Amino acid sequence: MNALQKISDFFMTPAMKILLILAAVLFPFVASNEYQIYVMALAFVWAIAVYGMNIITGLCGQLNLAHGGFFAIGAYTLSILAVDHGWGFWWAFLAAGGAGALLGFLAGVVSLRLKEHYFAIFTLCVGFIIYLLIDKWEALTHGALGIIDIPAPNGFGLVDFTQTTPFYYLALTFMVLSIWLAARIANSLLGRSFRAIRISDDLAESLGINLMRNKVLAFVLSTTYASVAGALYAGLVRFIGPAEAEVVHTFDMITYLLVGGIGTLMGPLIGTMAITWLTQSLQFLEEYRMIVFGPMLVVLVIFFPRGVVGSFLTWRGRRLAAAQDAQAESAAKKKPKANNTVNSSAREAGNHA
Amino acid sequence: MLKIDNLTKRFGGLAAVNNVSIEFEANKINAIIGPNGAGKSTFFNLVAGAMPPTEGRIEYQGMDITGMACDRIARLGIARTFQTTNLFEESTVLDNLIVGHRLRTQSRLWDVIINSKRLRDEEKKCRARAQEVLDFVGLSHIGHRITADISQEEKKRVAFALALATDPELVLLDEPAGGINPEETENLAGLIRKMVEHGVTVCLIEHKMDMIMSLADKIMVLDHGEKIAEGTPDEIRNNPVVIEAYLGSDDDAAA
Repeated sequence: MNALQKISDFFMTPAMKILLILAAVLFPFVASNEYQIYVMALAFVWAIAVYGMNIITGLCGQLNLAHGGFFAIGAYTLSILAVDHGWGFWWAFLAAGGAGALLGFLAGVVSLRLKEHYFAIFTLCVGFIIYLLIDKWEALTHGALGIIDIPAPNGFGLVDFTQTTPFYYLALTFMVLSIWLAARIANSLLGRSFRAIRISDDLAESLGINLMRNKVLAFVLSTTYASVAGALYAGLVRFIGPAEAEVVHTFDMITYLLVGGIGTLMGPLIGTMAITWLTQSLQFLEEYRMIVFGPMLVVLVIFFPRGVVGSFLTWRGRRLAAAQDAQAESAAKKKPKANNTVNSSAREAGNHA
Repeated sequence: MLKIDNLTKRFGGLAAVNNVSIEFEANKINAIIGPNGAGKSTFFNLVAGAMPPTEGRIEYQGMDITGMACDRIARLGIARTFQTTNLFEESTVLDNLIVGHRLRTQSRLWDVIINSKRLRDEEKKCRARAQEVLDFVGLSHIGHRITADISQEEKKRVAFALALATDPELVLLDEPAGGINPEETENLAGLIRKMVEHGVTVCLIEHKMDMIMSLADKIMVLDHGEKIAEGTPDEIRNNPVVIEAYLGSDDDAAA
């Protein structure tokens, strides 16, 4: 028990973060082949997008089903500017982030007038419209042919990002930055405003929180994350097509979020890594892997609705609270009180809620 | 404090609140009673700005707040609690309260990105205020608990604390004693008195007559959206219209 507590305490320390980053830095040296590094780099890129989704859906509670569409907007903005207009990679990259923010703002202002599942359905349509535009607007997007020969990120003669390992470190850097910013937001008063909205619109409003302004801000942050991830994706894969905008990517990202822990800080990372490597290791089952995958997801959602990280945090929070209660009790041992009744009714109320 | 003139809210043909005028004095406990569906909650929603009235005027501290957005009204000093207590169940109790003071802070996204001094100061201020209101409602001993694990009465108190964290001058309590036992109701009434002693004006909707009669300075009775009586508890108790519409019927057993 005690060892368990020590391990769980260690998870929360800065040393754990350094250890994780160190492990990621050393990964290319221990990977058995280049393909593994490539898969990992791709997972990092997706993780950035999932962090974006976590802001609007996890923190703010608005299920945005256009997220994959904004990922594609980032990828396409970069590719069109770099391939058809000869922009340098990093300028096109900046423009991709800007396009995600601007289009996110426009889509957010309209779609966030709707609440709950109406918002989800509306954004599902927004995502589909983005897909249709990409698929049909051939003059701009090359239609079903897709865009090829996308340049890799410019290494300014120092590094060659067409190589997998340098790109791996680039993706890692961006992901760490994304997590750092997500942590800043989540732990700040701004993140608290978002979470108040997640509890209930009415409650947040009664606490003086401007719903529209905060929701649009969360939405724009999430679409910016998505399009930055999309732009990196284009720079890694270097070929994109309309399939990038298909809604299945959005649902993949929701799966990552649910597995890792929606609304938690490390959930998006852990979910993305876990599912990516699980999918890879079940590759030999081919299309039958969903038979393994499906039941696992069902079990997870039933028994750990808050995902791996969320369940861990709740478990840890309860232990800490219990430890603190025990301490207070032994301190005030002189007067025996009927604490048991309070505890049982508390548990009942918890179940009820 | 709060002056309501000819307030009306119609949903299609139905007048949920019909031509209600009343004045609530500062530093008093004002109660609104009435059978289910009398329009009490709608009345609260109108005052808090959750929906605009069809007609009429709401004046708060001499200022016309009719049709003003909910969050602006909250910043002017009107806080509220809801019939169902919504809290962030996975967080600790104290953690839930910190956001309550957010409306008195200025930090924006840029402050968050650069972790500005303003943000750090404001976060300290919010945390201190959360601790203060937690002490005020008598729950400082459970501030570290996960909210899902505390009792219904404690949750009600946390909801009170959250409303108080906004630094309100007027608090609207929608059925604060719903779903808790008589002894807890008595304790909650004590807390409401304490709030008034500390300069907060209270306006509450409640079905528990014992609580209302001993607590309220002034009672307004609504029935089918209309005000049928107002006065002190004694006046209300003896008002034949009220007895016919409400107290005398079987309905109050439902409380």
